[in-house]
Amino acid sequence: MAKRVGMEVAIAVAEAVGQCNIDMAAVYPITPQSHIGEHLSDLVADGRIDAEFVTVESEHSAISAVIGASGTGARVYTATSSQGLMLMHEILPIASAMRLPIVMGIANRAVSGPLNILNDHSDIIPQRDSGWISIFVENGQEAIDVSIQAFKIAEHKDVNLPVCVNIDGFQLTHMVEPLEFPDQALVDKFLPPRVPYATLHPDKPLTMGAFAMSDYFTEIMKAKDEALKNSKKTILAVWDEWAQMFGRVYKPVETYKAEGAEILVVTMGSMGETAEIAIDELRAAGVAVGLVKLRLWRPFPFAEIRELLTKAKKVLVTDRAVSFGGPGGPVCGEIKAALYHEASRPAIYNYIIGLGGRDVPVTDFIAMVSKVAGEDAAKVVDTYEFLGVREQ
Amino acid sequence: MNIVENFDLFAPRLINKKEFFSAGHRACQGCGEALAVRLMCKALGDDTVIASATGCMEIVSSMYPATAWSVPWIHVAFENAAAVASGVEAGLKSLRRKGKIADRDVKVVGMAGDGGTMDIGLQALSGAMERGHDMLFVCFDNEAYMNTGIQRSSGTPMGASTTTAPAGKVSMGQKTWKKNVTEIMVAHNVKYVATACPSYPLDFIRKVEKAKKVKGPSYIHCFSVCPTGWRCPSNQTISLGRLAVETGMFPLYEVINGKYHLSADMPKKLKSIKDYFKTQGRFRHLSEDEIDMIQHRVNTEYKKLLNKVKCLEAWD
Repeated sequence: MAKRVGMEVAIAVAEAVGQCNIDMAAVYPITPQSHIGEHLSDLVADGRIDAEFVTVESEHSAISAVIGASGTGARVYTATSSQGLMLMHEILPIASAMRLPIVMGIANRAVSGPLNILNDHSDIIPQRDSGWISIFVENGQEAIDVSIQAFKIAEHKDVNLPVCVNIDGFQLTHMVEPLEFPDQALVDKFLPPRVPYATLHPDKPLTMGAFAMSDYFTEIMKAKDEALKNSKKTILAVWDEWAQMFGRVYKPVETYKAEGAEILVVTMGSMGETAEIAIDELRAAGVAVGLVKLRLWRPFPFAEIRELLTKAKKVLVTDRAVSFGGPGGPVCGEIKAALYHEASRPAIYNYIIGLGGRDVPVTDFIAMVSKVAGEDAAKVVDTYEFLGVREQ
Repeated sequence: MNIVENFDLFAPRLINKKEFFSAGHRACQGCGEALAVRLMCKALGDDTVIASATGCMEIVSSMYPATAWSVPWIHVAFENAAAVASGVEAGLKSLRRKGKIADRDVKVVGMAGDGGTMDIGLQALSGAMERGHDMLFVCFDNEAYMNTGIQRSSGTPMGASTTTAPAGKVSMGQKTWKKNVTEIMVAHNVKYVATACPSYPLDFIRKVEKAKKVKGPSYIHCFSVCPTGWRCPSNQTISLGRLAVETGMFPLYEVINGKYHLSADMPKKLKSIKDYFKTQGRFRHLSEDEIDMIQHRVNTEYKKLLNKVKCLEAWD
C-alpha cells in the first residue's frame, strides 16, 4: 500500500492530474481553484510532467483552448470556480456536442452577487444541462481518485465526453488531509495513452464544429443525450477496475447506515462526512435515520435513487444552491422527478443550506432530522426552507 | 506593367493549383471574403489547421453534413477563434514533442470577421498574440456584422449606413472612426503584421506565405468587399477593393519586426474617396461636407502611415 502523505487537497488534485500524462492544460486564476493551476504550473516548470501549460487570459479562453487541444488528440485539463465557470458556460455544451474528452476540476464556489468567494454549488448547477459528466467528491482521497478516473471515463471510446470533478471550494480544496497517491506504474496501467477517434491533423483533414440547422440538430441533441446516459456503463466499469486495482470502491450513490432507516438524508459533496457524524449521534439516540450521498450528478443515477429512497418514509434533501422561483433546491427537484412514478413514495423535505460558505455543523443536521421526524408524513407540503436564516 | 492586369498570364504559374476551400459553398455572389479565404488557403497549403470564428465564412462553408474545407478545420464559437487556435497550437506542439504525432511543421491559423476579431474576439486575440503562439490570425474585415444582417461593428467606417447605425434625418450613419486593429497588433510586438486585400491576389498570397514562415504570432488584416452589406453591384468586388487601397481608405502595408513597409501596390498619389464611395449604397446619403471631413481624416492617417515608414527607415 502506498504511503500516506499530508497535503492540501487542491495541491493533491494537481499532483493527481500530473500522474495522468496530460499533454496540455489551460487554466486561469480564480479563488479557490488557483492552487490547482499554480501547482500544475510548478509540475511543468520543474519538468515533472511534459505538457504545454497555456496561461490564458480568461476562463472563456481556457475552455476554448482545451477544446482546440483536445481536437488535436491531446489529453487536456482545466480547472475553475464560480464566475469562471459561469464565463465558460457558453462553451460547455459545445465541448460535449463535439464529443471531445476534457477533464475539468471545479472548486465549487458561490456565484455573485453579492460577490462571495466561499463554497456552495451555485456554480455547477447552471451547467447541469450542458451535457457534461458531473461527479462530486467528498474528501481529498476521492478528489485524487476521481481526477484520475475522469480521464479514463472521458476518453473511453464509448463515451468521448467532457467530465467535471466537483470539489467543494475551501471546505475541501484547502483542507490538509492524509492522502494516498496511487502508484505511478499502476496509474499508467489503469490509464493508457488517449486513442482519439478523430484529430485535427493534415494527414486526415476533417471539419469539427459544423453548422447544423433543423434537419440535423434534433438528431445531434438526441445523440448527445444517449451518449451521456450510456456513459454510466463505462463509469461503473471504470470504478470496478479502480476498486480492483486500488481497493477503493466508488458508486454513483453512496450510503451510510441507510439499512432500515425511516428517514434518509441526501447530501452531495463534502457535507457528507459532517452528516455521517450527525447520523451516528441520532442513531445512538434511537432515531432510525440514514444517509444517501449523491456522487454522480450527471448522468443522474435514477435507478439507484429509486431503489434506495422508496424504502424510507421520509426523505430530507439538502441543497447548496437555489432554483429561484422554481422548485427550491435543484437536487431535490431531480429526486422528486425520479420518484414521481413510484407506487410508494416517501414524504420529501427540502432544506437549502451552506450557501456562500455558511458553515453547516453537525447540530444543523440533527436539527433538520429532528424537525422532519416530528412532521406528519401524510401532511407534507411541497415546499422548501432556507435553514437558519436571520429574518432581521 | 501592372502584374494584376496580367493576372491570366502570371497566376497559373504562381498560385497553388490545389483548392482547399471548394466551390459549392453558400457565400453570396461576389463575396470578397470567400475569394480571400480561397487565396489564403492556397498560400498556406496542406500543412495547415484552421480555427474559425462563427460568422459568414463559417456558416457558408460548414453546413452539416457537407463541408467546403479540405484542410483540418474547427469552429467552436464567435469570440474564441484565437483561443481555440491557441489550444490547437499547444496540443500539436505537445504531441509532436512527445512523439505522439509526426515531427512536422503544421501552421495553425485563426480566422474571424471584423466583429469576431475587433469587437467580441479582441480579448482572445490579444491573449493569443501576447502569449506568442506559433499562429497566424487573419481578420476578414467586411466592415460590419454581415452574417447577422449588416449591423455596425468597430470596423465599420465613419459615415457608413448599417442596420444599427442607419443614416436618418438626424444621423449620418456610423459616427465613429474605424478601429485600427492592425496597430493594436503592432503594439503586441507581433513579428509580422500586414494589411491585404484579395483585389491584389499576389500581394495577399505573398503576405500569407511570409506570415506562415514566422515562428510565433503573425497577423493579417484582410479587407473583404461585401456587395450585400455595402449595397454595391456584385461584379464590383475586385474594383472596389482596389479603390479602397487607391484612395487610402485601406492602405496596404507590412510591419515586419516593428518596421513599417508600404506595399508595392500603393499608388504614388491617392485618388479621391468619392471614387470609392460613389458605387456603394452605404455611403450614398453622405453630404459634401461629410465626405470632406472623412477625406481629411484619410489624408491625415495616410500621412501618419508614410511618416512611420520613413521614420523607421531612418533607424537602419
